Amino acid sequence: MSASNWTTEFLDQLLDATIAVEQISLPSTTLWQIESQHWQQFATLAIQQNIRWAAGWAEHYQEQFFINACFEKQGLYVLVRTILNAVKPELPSQAAVYPAANRSERHTQDMFGINFVGHPDNRRWTRHKAWTKHHNPLRKDFPVQGEPEAVTPPDIGYPFVKAYGAGVYEIPVGPVHAGIIEPGHFRFQAVGEMILNLEERLGYVHKGIEKIAEGRTPESLARLAGRVSGDTTVGHCWAACRAMEQAAGIEIPPRAALIRGILAERERIANHLGDIGAICNDVGFVFAQMQLMRLRELWLRSQAKTFGHRLLMDCIIPGGVNCDLPEDACLVMEQEMIRLKIELDEILLAVDMASSLEDRLYTAGYLAPEIAAAFGALGYVGRASGQKVDVRRDAPYAPYDQVTFKVPLEKQGDIASRFWMRSKEIDAALKLIKQFIGLLSPGDLLADWKTPLPGSEGLGIIEGWRGEIIAYIRFDSDSKIARFYPRDPSAVNWPVLEKLVLNNIVPDFPVCNKSVNGSYSGNDL
Amino acid sequence: MNWLIAVIQTSLFAALAPLLAGWIKWCKCRLQNRKAPSLFQPYRDLIKLTNKQPVVAEQASWLFTIAPYIVFSATVLAASIVPLIAVDLPTSASADVIVMVGFFAFARFFLALAGLDIGTAFGGMGSSREMTISSLAEPAMLMAIFTLTMTASTTNLSVAISHVLNDGLVLRPSFVFALFALIIVAIAETGRVPVDNPATHLELTMIHEAMILEYSGRHLALIEWASQLKLMLYGVLIANIFFPWGIAETFSAKALGYGLLAIFGKLTVLAILLAVSETLLAKMRLFRVQEYLGFAYLLGVLGLLSYIILEASR
Repeated sequence: MSASNWTTEFLDQLLDATIAVEQISLPSTTLWQIESQHWQQFATLAIQQNIRWAAGWAEHYQEQFFINACFEKQGLYVLVRTILNAVKPELPSQAAVYPAANRSERHTQDMFGINFVGHPDNRRWTRHKAWTKHHNPLRKDFPVQGEPEAVTPPDIGYPFVKAYGAGVYEIPVGPVHAGIIEPGHFRFQAVGEMILNLEERLGYVHKGIEKIAEGRTPESLARLAGRVSGDTTVGHCWAACRAMEQAAGIEIPPRAALIRGILAERERIANHLGDIGAICNDVGFVFAQMQLMRLRELWLRSQAKTFGHRLLMDCIIPGGVNCDLPEDACLVMEQEMIRLKIELDEILLAVDMASSLEDRLYTAGYLAPEIAAAFGALGYVGRASGQKVDVRRDAPYAPYDQVTFKVPLEKQGDIASRFWMRSKEIDAALKLIKQFIGLLSPGDLLADWKTPLPGSEGLGIIEGWRGEIIAYIRFDSDSKIARFYPRDPSAVNWPVLEKLVLNNIVPDFPVCNKSVNGSYSGNDL
Repeated sequence: MNWLIAVIQTSLFAALAPLLAGWIKWCKCRLQNRKAPSLFQPYRDLIKLTNKQPVVAEQASWLFTIAPYIVFSATVLAASIVPLIAVDLPTSASADVIVMVGFFAFARFFLALAGLDIGTAFGGMGSSREMTISSLAEPAMLMAIFTLTMTASTTNLSVAISHVLNDGLVLRPSFVFALFALIIVAIAETGRVPVDNPATHLELTMIHEAMILEYSGRHLALIEWASQLKLMLYGVLIANIFFPWGIAETFSAKALGYGLLAIFGKLTVLAILLAVSETLLAKMRLFRVQEYLGFAYLLGVLGLLSYIILEASR
């Protein structure tokens, strides 16, 4: 009841502000179309109602530009759209109102050549040197293979924020790091060891996912979505499949939904195990890392045995799943979970007793709930700072609509909070898997594919292990993909990292970064 | 003859240092429930590095290329002063413990300059941190050593060790304080957990490693070897000053053999203790290091005081 309330009230307010809203009904999505000159004003009114900006993307469709933004409040998602003509595409910026929209609009600006008027910081973002300012890779007239030079010139001359003053110095870090991690550049301004400012420069793993998605078949798109970010392969694949199923009007069989739920929760556990260990390693507490790596490895091996892939790639396909969970495998999994819980409790007790570790994790990397709210922080980062967004509970989808579970929430906001949040989420995930196994009943694993009408669209929103994943799909004729946009939670959480490291010392940055653990690949697309 | 033994002793120092590093690594791996690399892995690494061509940054000056040689030579000279298997060697007679601290400072000075020389942010950051820590560690170390030298009324290590040996097993409060002060300083100076993490890959948290990030090939081999030597040197210092029993006082083959066995045993035990403490502790926040070293200084001062109050009049 409350969910429908805010949209009705908010529509009245928009009417008072003379913003004309055309309501278009899409399958399971609310779409509001507004005039482009009202784009920013809409955001100003929305932020007053504490409506969260969740995602933004554009689309080149039938010689026009569709600009989309996805908003959420109380689990109800609204897709807002405006249409620009292709001659001189510009519209007022929402980033001036929502800081979270900043990089998304810069991405749209680089990829489509759309000008956001009044954007607080319209430097290039995704564009490095692989294409020039006058090329717009996501416009339909741009060739898929691009017009690359033999060797991409180094990306020098990016106008980083400068700091001046006695004793202020700059530390450039990356994109190539000493450890085996993804590439990203971090520019610190520091006085002594104190961080004054951090600026992230990402985009080094831009793979052109959005462009190469065009023209794919649903199966091929699901495979591509599974590779947006390797550690979230189940999450992205599920979100993309859900969007496609919505567009095509397909209901997946209950058994397939339950198996998807098990896969997603297993992925969550695997990644949290790895992260807990990695946080310990970053402060030199190697013992815990070795133990957690061992647990994660056993977990992954059993996934390879049961589902055929260590990271569960390509287990989810449009219309259902292509792996089954026979009864004896369920029994094995239940025993495996009991063993994991016993071992994990033992290790976490040792970790909890290590006062030198405690000294590093508590109070460091504090993220204030207000900042988390302003940026719409997602997943464990948000939940450790009082942001209770969880799609599984707020906008339940199959199979989460059949089970009850608790979403842990904390307000402490430091590294320790994000650390223990992960351990609580593992507990919750183990309980969920147990419930899903209990609900499994014999049935189909795959629904028949129905060719969607050309132009039909779908918005798949699910809770990945990092937080809310939004995938947008539009179909062309013959079930071919016209547009695919996946919004990884990292895209929202990366700017939060810039804020939470302030007033920490430079050598504490790696552990702050690890406690957020954003995906570079998922952000760069 | 004496000089020959001195040269052999210093060579042994250099030759065994990588073995000690390998042993510590082995203990740490076992404590973390991992399979350990061979004890001789550090030797293989050094040989591998020596056979590789060093890559030197275009901006580097002559300082960058000579620093590894200076650092290594200074560390070897410092090692020649410390009695490993025998006391009363001519090298330890000609220089005292203050000279040894001086050699360390000399090596560190050049390493820090080399870190600054190439002009990367990490080099400068590492040098700055290394200097901050050493400015706190050196006074603490000197305090601990003064406590020892007051007992023996000398700053010569060889004489001090003979004095302790001749006194027999006497519990001196001042020595206990000095021992703990020296252990704390040794951990900071050799860049071990909880002050620095020699195994880290995180550039921003590094201290010693940040200074030498740009080194490769034989330059890196020399610096690594010097670090291993320094670690062993501190181990020997602690083992032979506080527990000197077994060290050769005459130069007979039997005494020297026992001396060698004794130091093997002592270092084996010390390394196990180090590995255990490194497994139990996380690295501390950078700005905790001053409190940590301040504590070492305080222990040194307490050692001095307890010597004056309890032992001097004896």
